[in-house]
Amino acid sequence: MYSVGIDVGSVAAKAVIFDGKNIIAKKITPTGWSPKESGQQLFEEIIEVNDIKRQEIKSIVGTGYGRISLPFLDQKVTEITCHGKGAYFLDASIRTVIDIGGQDSKVISLDSKGNVIDFLMNDKCAAGTGKFLQVMAHALEIEVGELSTIAQGVEAQTISSMCTVFAESEIISLMAEGASKESIAAGLLQSVCSKAYTLASKVGVKEKVFFSGGVSKNPLLKDLLSKKLHTEVISSEFSQYLGAIGAAVIGYKK
Amino acid sequence: MRPELMTEIEGLRGVNSVKIKEAHEAGKKVVGMYCVFSPQEIALAADAISVTLCGTSNDPIEEAEKELPRNLCPLIKSSYGFAITDKCPYFYFSDVLLAETTCDGKKKMYELMSKLKPMHIMNLPQTAQGEEALTLWKKEMVYFKEFLEKEFDVEITEDKLKEAIQLMNRERIAMRRLHQLNAHKPAPITGMDMMLAQWLKGFNVDKEAGIDLIERFIVEVEDRMEKGIYAFDENAPRILLTGCPIGLGSEKALRILEESGASVVALENCTGYKGLDVLVDEEKDPIEALAEKYLSTPCSCMTNNNGRLDLIERLVKEYQVDGVVDLTWQACHTYNIESFTVKNFVRDELDLPFLQLETDYSDSDVGQIKVRVEAFLEGIKS
Repeated sequence: MYSVGIDVGSVAAKAVIFDGKNIIAKKITPTGWSPKESGQQLFEEIIEVNDIKRQEIKSIVGTGYGRISLPFLDQKVTEITCHGKGAYFLDASIRTVIDIGGQDSKVISLDSKGNVIDFLMNDKCAAGTGKFLQVMAHALEIEVGELSTIAQGVEAQTISSMCTVFAESEIISLMAEGASKESIAAGLLQSVCSKAYTLASKVGVKEKVFFSGGVSKNPLLKDLLSKKLHTEVISSEFSQYLGAIGAAVIGYKK
Repeated sequence: MRPELMTEIEGLRGVNSVKIKEAHEAGKKVVGMYCVFSPQEIALAADAISVTLCGTSNDPIEEAEKELPRNLCPLIKSSYGFAITDKCPYFYFSDVLLAETTCDGKKKMYELMSKLKPMHIMNLPQTAQGEEALTLWKKEMVYFKEFLEKEFDVEITEDKLKEAIQLMNRERIAMRRLHQLNAHKPAPITGMDMMLAQWLKGFNVDKEAGIDLIERFIVEVEDRMEKGIYAFDENAPRILLTGCPIGLGSEKALRILEESGASVVALENCTGYKGLDVLVDEEKDPIEALAEKYLSTPCSCMTNNNGRLDLIERLVKEYQVDGVVDLTWQACHTYNIESFTVKNFVRDELDLPFLQLETDYSDSDVGQIKVRVEAFLEGIKS
């Protein structure tokens, strides 16, 4: 028997299949304009590609902001609980999860059983989220993934605005003044790091620290966070799937 | 199904706005107030009507922001917005206003509001501790009494004060009994209905009729309890809501909690239990007794405010609470800073989960607040 976890975020929809021991398949697609359709399609594709029949699935659990729109779920669980369960499944010694997604950034503190003891989320503002980096990359006319490659080893330009719209104007002014794209990219990553640091400090950071969400694909940001938090921040190929993994684990236990 | 009398309780708003118009036209004086520190008894002893003024709706905030900073507590902006737009019948029919020096935002807003109507300001001490604080607050009681005597050309006698104290104590006892019904597990009344009943009492023009309605409501609820009718099932997480005041229009956090499956059993805020906990001593000199009662309000504008922690601890035990939610209005510095103390107290001393929600009256963050509340409740259930 299998369980399926689906995490429909603001940017990407992620799904995993769990057999009770291992994550046997994972798949990611852009959420696009319809979280309902992309979630449905993702589910159908992942079971088809892996040759799994509907009867073999004991439970489908959804998470992420798009979970509300999926009609075929057996259960809906918040991304906070799912990230906790997902982290515990990957490595039971993880005590802090820093999750930076498309529209949310959050820090989750876990006990030794993977239960959430405390969490904090960004307020109603895109500062420090993936969206922030996306808008800025667009202003720099590069792909969001390139931010980290070009910023490597470069002295950072200070970006003082936390507000996404003002920060965009700020980098346009900086470019007009002759600042390099590289130094601005480094400054932007610093800015996201410092926002995550503030959240993490409020919750209290305990080792081991795991970095999840789409923004965790940025290796430079991971290093910046490690330095700022004075502890090693880890991520893995499953970082972006943490919510979906947690959902699948919850579903299997049901 | 809701208790039948809730319809009558909800109808009070309309009824009272008509009643206040009639009373005003019949020559009755009206004292409009904002805060749980305001001694309603003195207004009643002046043979006036005392009412709470509107300040829980998002609607007039846009107008208020023409004169007040955007980054200010929504309660202050809403109160001021209602005042300048004349959309609150209670404000409209108030002959005088009673203000109080609680937080900085309110204090300075009152300076602007005082241009609209005659206003008396009671100066609160910064602390409730020590003889000097009580002496000062006693004097403030006398000044307010003298203000009303002059303004309304009446004499506020000791007997009148005692009579008003007894009436207000009866109202407090009735509201307290109502609140305490939810100490039962499972709770017979939703937190939403409890909030409505407690909040609407502030607009009561006829205190006697208001007490009678609450007493009838208690009988109805007790009757339902005997029949096994409750608002929630036994497994619903029982939540104590503390922090800033709420009312209709600013019930977002409470509504989301209950829509997500929680049973909000105790409202430890000044629109809930806070003002009901202590009665006015009926044996003492009335001014002294009033000063003592009102100064004992465990509000975050006092330093220190350990009384709030004591009250939270008592309610947590009496109401078999599973988690504490602290609501802070945006830019409410006193409650916001105090939240850190409350969090540590709830987690370390009471060993309960704690969630702070900082928000305003708008719906712009409902999605995010839902996620936080649901995750918090998932944590309690696991």
